[in-house]
Amino acid sequence: MSGMLNSTIARKVAMALSAIFLLIFLLQHFIINFTSVISESTFNELSHFMGTNFLVQFLMQPILIFAVVFHFVMGFILEVKNKKARSISYKSFNASANTTWVSRNMIYSGLVILAFIVLHFIDFWFPEINHKYIEFAPEDPTRYYGELVEKFHNPIRVGAYVIAFVLLALHLLHGFQSAFQSVGFNNKFTPALKTFGKFFAICIPLGFIFIALFHHFNQ
Amino acid sequence: MNLTLKIWRQKDANTKGKMVDYPISGVEPDMSFLEMLDVLNEELISKGEEPVEFDHDCREGICGACSLQINGEPHGPDRGVTTCQLHMRMFKDGDTITIEPFRATAFPVIKDLIVDRSSFDRIQQAGGFISVNTSGNTIDANAIPVNKDDADDSFNAATCIGCGACVAACKNASAMLFTSAKVSQFALLPQGQIEATDRVLNMVRQMDEEGFGNCSNTGACEIECPKGISLENIARMNREYLSANMKK
Repeated sequence: MSGMLNSTIARKVAMALSAIFLLIFLLQHFIINFTSVISESTFNELSHFMGTNFLVQFLMQPILIFAVVFHFVMGFILEVKNKKARSISYKSFNASANTTWVSRNMIYSGLVILAFIVLHFIDFWFPEINHKYIEFAPEDPTRYYGELVEKFHNPIRVGAYVIAFVLLALHLLHGFQSAFQSVGFNNKFTPALKTFGKFFAICIPLGFIFIALFHHFNQ
Repeated sequence: MNLTLKIWRQKDANTKGKMVDYPISGVEPDMSFLEMLDVLNEELISKGEEPVEFDHDCREGICGACSLQINGEPHGPDRGVTTCQLHMRMFKDGDTITIEPFRATAFPVIKDLIVDRSSFDRIQQAGGFISVNTSGNTIDANAIPVNKDDADDSFNAATCIGCGACVAACKNASAMLFTSAKVSQFALLPQGQIEATDRVLNMVRQMDEEGFGNCSNTGACEIECPKGISLENIARMNREYLSANMKK
């Protein structure tokens, strides 16, 4: 096991496992957010549960933050090694002949998503932490829907969310199947997994965009 | 056909290289790419100039010696062929063709278009073999039953000629397709099971030490591979590697 941590394969597998965890989180996040479109009270109930449950707050949330930080840091580490592996670049490199744009530019779509996560933390996470653990403000189980809707009042913020989710869709179009390939999953089910991956990569970000636009235009 | 060739010229490993333009005329569409370069070199020699150095051997697509990044693709724009099997009919009269050596830190340029691919040899030497007792009691390989699907997959992996096109095509200069083919061809057969754990660990360690990049699963290697080596081999090697680490 000693040499494993430095190997390219182990790092890619770790990267893939954090990606699969984040995919599951993204689906859960989408389902909860989507309830805000259907029922204000359901959204408030679910958000109150997630915001006050001990396991979610003090076990799942630190794991999630670790997974996000790990995924980005490892992505940059791998990118640095990749650049070193070709110290002299080609004068002519016809990459579009054999690869998709999204697969070649995961680092750039990832950087946009990172910028979005910083914005998202400033918008929701920091105020939430401040509310609960610094100001120790009394909990109002009905406050969540109003806080969500208020954020989508600003068209610039909504525009930033839309751009970020388009880039997330592009990231997932390659990343979903790539994560499974990295952990060694490539068999007769791979074509079905690729199809499901494309469905997931398009529908989930599109759903988030719909939620942002719905609340923006519904005010 | 009249063409303009933009060729990477580099005196030796320690000298800085540059692209040099060479107009060439009278190229027949049925010539192979290497025959076209032979014509150019004869012209250069007759003019007293240094010929362009490039790797070649069998000229039948089986030895893996020829390389060349042609118009930004290893072995040129055709699919499932090596440079020696690439024909000039793939180009049009008046075209400008860019010819560069395979680029990777682990493939340093020796001269002009020739690169040192001995890093592949060292990966192979690290575990790409099986140890067989040849003292007289060797079991006939045909006497060992092998599942047909496994035999086919092993054979397909073994068709890798180690040309390095996978490294040249990969944006990360990764050698995962080559290494995984060499791991797979043994991992799928009973004869390869005995040394399977050490094989994958040693070959991956050597691959990393040589300075190749990571696999981003873009699939460029699979598309540009003249032998059609599948990405399935990379997934298999990753499974073998994880499994070997659990055993060690």
